Amino acid sequence: MTEPATTGPFPFSAIVGQDDMKLAMILTAIDPGIGGVLVFGDRGTGKSTAVRGLAALLPPIKAVAGCPVNSVTEADVPDWAQVHDHSIVEKPTPVVDLPLGATEDRVVGALDIEKALTHGEKAFEPGLLAKANRGYLYIDEVNLLEDHLVDLLLDVAQSGQNVVEREGLSIRHAARFVLVGSGNPEEGELRPQLLDRFGLSVEVESPKDIDTRIDVIRRRDAYDRDQTGFLAEWHDADMALRAQIVTARDALARVDADDSILRDCAELCIALGSDGLRGELTLLRAARALAAFEGDPAVTRDHVRRVAPSALRHRLRRDPLDEAGTTTRVTRTVEEVLA
Amino acid sequence: MSTGEERWQRANLALACFALCPSAMGGIWLRARVGPVRDRFLAGLDLALRGHQVRRLHPNIGDDALFGGVDLAATLDSGTLTRTRGLLETPGMLVLPMAERAKPGLAARLAGALDADRGLSLVALDEGASPDETLAPALADRLAIHLDLGDQRLSDAPDLAIDTDALVEARRLLPKVTVPDTAVSELAEVAMRLGVLSLRAPLQALAVARASAALSGETEVDEPDLITAIELVLAPRATQFPEAPPEEAEAPEDQPEPEAPDDTAEDESDEDDTPPLPTEILLEAAKAMLPPDLLARLEAGRAARNAPGASGSGASKKGNRRGRPMPSRAGRMGGEARVDLVSTLRAAAPWQPLRRRATGIDDRIHVRMSDIRIRQFEEKSDRAIIFVVDASGSSALARLAETKGAIELLLAEAYSRRDHVALVAFRGDGAEVLLPPTRSLVQTKRRLAQLPGGGGTPLASGLKSALDLADLARSKGLTPSVALLTDGRANVDLSGTADRVKAAEDATLMARALRSRGMPGLVIDTGLRPTRGLDGLAREMGVPYLPLPRADAQAVSAAVETALDPA
Repeated sequence: MTEPATTGPFPFSAIVGQDDMKLAMILTAIDPGIGGVLVFGDRGTGKSTAVRGLAALLPPIKAVAGCPVNSVTEADVPDWAQVHDHSIVEKPTPVVDLPLGATEDRVVGALDIEKALTHGEKAFEPGLLAKANRGYLYIDEVNLLEDHLVDLLLDVAQSGQNVVEREGLSIRHAARFVLVGSGNPEEGELRPQLLDRFGLSVEVESPKDIDTRIDVIRRRDAYDRDQTGFLAEWHDADMALRAQIVTARDALARVDADDSILRDCAELCIALGSDGLRGELTLLRAARALAAFEGDPAVTRDHVRRVAPSALRHRLRRDPLDEAGTTTRVTRTVEEVLA
Repeated sequence: MSTGEERWQRANLALACFALCPSAMGGIWLRARVGPVRDRFLAGLDLALRGHQVRRLHPNIGDDALFGGVDLAATLDSGTLTRTRGLLETPGMLVLPMAERAKPGLAARLAGALDADRGLSLVALDEGASPDETLAPALADRLAIHLDLGDQRLSDAPDLAIDTDALVEARRLLPKVTVPDTAVSELAEVAMRLGVLSLRAPLQALAVARASAALSGETEVDEPDLITAIELVLAPRATQFPEAPPEEAEAPEDQPEPEAPDDTAEDESDEDDTPPLPTEILLEAAKAMLPPDLLARLEAGRAARNAPGASGSGASKKGNRRGRPMPSRAGRMGGEARVDLVSTLRAAAPWQPLRRRATGIDDRIHVRMSDIRIRQFEEKSDRAIIFVVDASGSSALARLAETKGAIELLLAEAYSRRDHVALVAFRGDGAEVLLPPTRSLVQTKRRLAQLPGGGGTPLASGLKSALDLADLARSKGLTPSVALLTDGRANVDLSGTADRVKAAEDATLMARALRSRGMPGLVIDTGLRPTRGLDGLAREMGVPYLPLPRADAQAVSAAVETALDPA
C-alpha cells in the first residue's frame, strides 16, 4: 500500500454526509461510461471538494509520459503530438477545471502560437479537453456556462472525440472524461440538452442537523490546521475505498443483469415518460456499477431502486413548476413499478 | 459611543484580524462608495498589510493577466516565447475595485484561486449603489469578513490606528491559539440559527475568532473572540432572525457535550475560565448586529441575484450578451473593428518561411494585410416577457388558479427558449414586482405559488410597474414584451384610491405610455365572459386582444407565442 501523502486535497472518505453525491461519483469512477454527474444545490456543500478528493483517491493512470492526451500506449499517441518521451509512467487521475468564460481556443485547443511565431510552423496546442482525457472535467456553475461552450461540450461528451477544424488545422484526439458539473438552480437553469447528457444527477443541500454541521467544521478545521496528520488519519479509509473501486471495476463485466432487470428498467422509464433510451441505459449501467461496488454477482431490483432517482430525475419531461419536484415523482413511480 | 463609532471600531478590528492571516480569511467584502471613509479604511489596510504584496485587479481583467499568457511584444522582440506571470500565480493580496461589476466568470476564477490555497486573499470593493448591484455570491461566500460602511460618517471615522508591533506579536501567537471544543459547536449553532447555510461561514468565523484571541494576547479562544467572529462573519450573512431555536438540537446535545470538552480543558491547563459558552449570549450579540431592515434587505438581495443587471453570479447574462464569439474574419484595421491579434498572427504563421525566403529578411515576423483578422461577435438580445397578473378579488375567486396554470405553461415554454421571465401582480391598492427578469424557474415557481389574491383592480399600477420593469430590462439590453392577464376593469387609480373613472383614465394613460415604447405585448382576457373595455385598452397599448373565456393554458401559450414572435 502506498504511503499517505503529506499534502493533497481533502480526503474523499472524510467528507461528512452527502451520501448521494459520493455514491454517484463512485459509480462513475467504476464505470466512466455512465456519463458524468450533475450536482445541483447550495453553496459550500463540498461539491468540488468531493471531485478533487475522488480523483486523488483513484489509482494513478498509466500513460505515455510526454503525451498531452494521456494516451495508454505509444500507438494511441496522436500524430500531431510531437512526443519524445514514450515511456509509460503513472500519472494521477486528471481533474481539469473548466472555468466560466473560458475561450473556445482554450477549451478545444488551437494553433500553437509559440511554434507559429518562432518557427513559422503550424502545430497544435492542446486545450483543456485534451488534458481531461481519461480523467474528470469539472465545471463549477455549469448552469452559467455560455451557450457556445455548452454546445461544444455536448459534442465532445457525446463522441468522446475532440475535433478541431480551424485556422487550417485539422486535428482530432480522444477526449473521454467524466463530466462533473455543479451549480445552484436558483441562479439559472441548465439547458435540457445538456441536462440529459449527464448520466446521474444529485441534489445536495447543506446539512440541517447541527451535529453533522459541527462534524463538517471540525474535520475541515483539522485538515486546514494539520494537513499531513489529517491525510494520514484518513489514508486507510481512502485506500480501502480505492481497493473497493478497483475490485468493482474488474468485476463490472461479470455482473449479471437478467431479462427481468432489463424489463424493470424499461417499465420504469416508460412509466416516467423519460425521453429516448438514454434513461434505460444509464439506469442499467448505474445499477450494474452499484452491484459491482457492493460485490454482488448480479443486479437486483434493489440496486435499480437505489440508483433510479439519480439516473432518472433529470430526464423527465420537465414540468418546471411541479412543486413536488422530480425526485419525489421518481421515487413514487419506483415504488409503484417495482413494488 | 455612537453606532457610527462602534462600526468604525469594528472595521478597525476586522482589519487587524484580517492582517494576521489574510489567506485563511479569504478576504474582505467591503461595501462602500468611493469617498474619504473608504480611503481611510484602505489607508489602514495598507498600513496593516505592510510587507505583503498588494495588487489591484480590474473587473474586466482578462485571463492573460490572471493566469499569465504569451507576452506578444516580448515574444516578437526576442523571437522566443516569453510568458507573463499571472496575478493569481503569486501569493499576495488582491484588491478588486468596482467588485459589483465583476462578471460571473471572473468571480468564479477568483473564487477558485482563493479555494486553491495559494496564499491569496482578496479585498472586494463593492461600490454598488442600489441593493441589486452587488458582489457575486460565489465570491462573497469565500470572503470571511463582510463590512458595510455605506452610511458611515466621516466624523465617526478617524484615521485608523494600526499598532504594527502588536500585529507582529499577535502573528507569532496565532499558531498557538487553541479553540475549546464547545466553541466550534457554538459557532455552528449560531450560524444555523441565523440561517447561514453555507458551511464555509462557520469555518471562517473560527479563523476570525483565532485571530481575535491572538490580537488580545490570549492563546485560547474565549467568548469575546467568538462575539467578534459572529459580528464580522456570521451576522452580516444572516438570513433570518434567530427567534426559534431548532427543536431537537438543544436537548440531546447538552447531555454528552460537557464531558469531552471538560476533559480536554483540564488536561491542557488549570484554568477554570472555559465554561461551556451559552449560545444564547452569542445570539444576543448577533441580534444586536442584525440590521433592523434585515427582511427588506433579504428581499432586495434575493431580487438582486436574479436581476439581469446585477452582477451577482445569477446575473450571468449581463443584459445583452456580448454574444457567441464567432470566428474572426479577414478584414482591415481601423474604425470600430478590433483586430484579433492572436488570430492575425496565426493566419500569418504558416507563411513565415515562404515570406522570409521571398524577402530575404529573417529577423522579423512577416505580417501582410491579408492576415489581419477582425474580432466579431454574434449579437443576441434576450427576450424578457413581463407577465402582469391580475390578482384582484374577482380574479382570485374566479380564475386566479387557472391564470396561474396558464402562466406556468408559458414559463415552461419560456424556459425551453431561454427567455427571461418577470412577474408583476396587482391587487388591492397597488402593484408589486414579484420577480425581476430571471431565468430561474425555481424562483418563479416559488413566487407564483405565494401569489395571494383579493382586493380591487389597480390596473394602472400594474401597467406602470410593467413599464418600469420593461425600461429597466431594456437598459440592460434585453428585449422586453408585456403580457397582461386580467378579467376586469380598472377600479383603483394610480394613487391607490378606489375611483372607477380616474382608474380607467390612468389605465389608458399607462397603456399609451406602453405603446409609445413600441413594445410587443398581448392582453389576455381571463374573465368568464369577455370584459367590455379590455379590447379598447389593448388597442391603446397597440397589442392584440385575446378573450379566453376558457383559459385553456395551451391556448394562452400559443397566443402569446404568436403575439410576441411575429417573425
